[in-house]
Amino acid sequence: MSQQNNWPLWEVFVRSSRGLSHVHAGSLHAPDAQMAVRNARDLYTRRNEGVSLWVVKSEDIISSDPDEKDAFFESPQGKDYRHATYYKASEGVKHL
Amino acid sequence: MAPTTPQEPGLSAVPSYEEEQSQARFDALIGKDSRIEPRDWMPDAYRKTLTRQVSQHAHSEIIGMQPEANWITRAPSLKRKSILMAKVQDEAGHGLYLYSAAETLGTDRDELNDQLLTGRAKYSSIFNYPARSWADMGAIGWLVDGAAIANQVPLCRASYGPYGRAMVRVCKEESFHQRQGFEILLSLSRGSEAQKKMAQDAVNRFYEPALMMFGPPDEQSPNSKQSMAWNIKRFSNDELRQRFVGMIAEQVKVLGLTLPDPELRYDEETKQWIHKDLNWDEFMAVIKGNGPVNAQRMERRREAHREGAWVREAAAAYAAKQVQSEVA
Repeated sequence: MSQQNNWPLWEVFVRSSRGLSHVHAGSLHAPDAQMAVRNARDLYTRRNEGVSLWVVKSEDIISSDPDEKDAFFESPQGKDYRHATYYKASEGVKHL
Repeated sequence: MAPTTPQEPGLSAVPSYEEEQSQARFDALIGKDSRIEPRDWMPDAYRKTLTRQVSQHAHSEIIGMQPEANWITRAPSLKRKSILMAKVQDEAGHGLYLYSAAETLGTDRDELNDQLLTGRAKYSSIFNYPARSWADMGAIGWLVDGAAIANQVPLCRASYGPYGRAMVRVCKEESFHQRQGFEILLSLSRGSEAQKKMAQDAVNRFYEPALMMFGPPDEQSPNSKQSMAWNIKRFSNDELRQRFVGMIAEQVKVLGLTLPDPELRYDEETKQWIHKDLNWDEFMAVIKGNGPVNAQRMERRREAHREGAWVREAAAAYAAKQVQSEVA
């Protein structure tokens, strides 16, 4: 019944104001990059949510493997000395 | 994120060691009320339930554009016209957020679109009632969007990450819809006798269908239990309906109108709102396609899709040409 579009999927990133990073907002389909940016404006910034947009083809994003999550992110475990809160001796000392 | 391929169903009925491990990980995440993300393992039934629910929700937003779009040209002022257009645009947007969420479960957009156009998929039965007067724009905003919000706010915490995130966005935008509906009814109610009558008539027609938007009573809703166990649904149909009735019973007083329900009262003993019996036979008939305007809504959707074909073709041709000139 409907013709198949097979338009690529794009991920949309919105910078909400100057000085802030672009943050992932969602995704959309569009035939090309220019249309993706325009559609992203219509879809994700109808209420002044952004001052800048990025679109990236979803297939171009490389992500870590969710099945290897535990092993992959194991390294920081048990290394709480990387956080300031680990160091107690300086408690009560001003400006430290 | 890119759609993932659904897990291949195992050939044997006995789950493998890996499947058991995966199921245990899934159960643990649900158990601590964490979120499931697209590339996580999930049971086939969870994926299927969500695909159905999220895509039906998307279809409802898309079909839901029609009753109001029909009134844009007849809105009583330029301001009201602009507001109505913004609302219809939001509904298109909500449909698109939800289609994106549904796609992450592994069914692509063209297929979802096809399911709607060929009538294989359902959408909310409320949109199969006609919008007969301008006051209906008010009643739809106040009662229909109101019921939708009551339903959707808990869905922001749905266990499936992309669905919850889409709902957060939808809920933020939806509250303007309900308020503008309330304002339309209030203006009419404070107007001439004829205008007040028009407002009351619209409320009379939408009250019962809006209450039915929460779905059948709990004892007739076998799927609800599983959805609640999976943390997709957080409250039962009847709980949400109760909450909603309590809200509109107060709000209608501000409007100076009445709800068409002589039985409506709060029972101190059971702490429950008692409302009249809803006509569930009608509900089932409308869901099955025999509502007042089912055929009209579907025909309009197919027509819009047909009429947009040349735009899609032109966009695709232009995109292909650009790729060619890059290569050349």
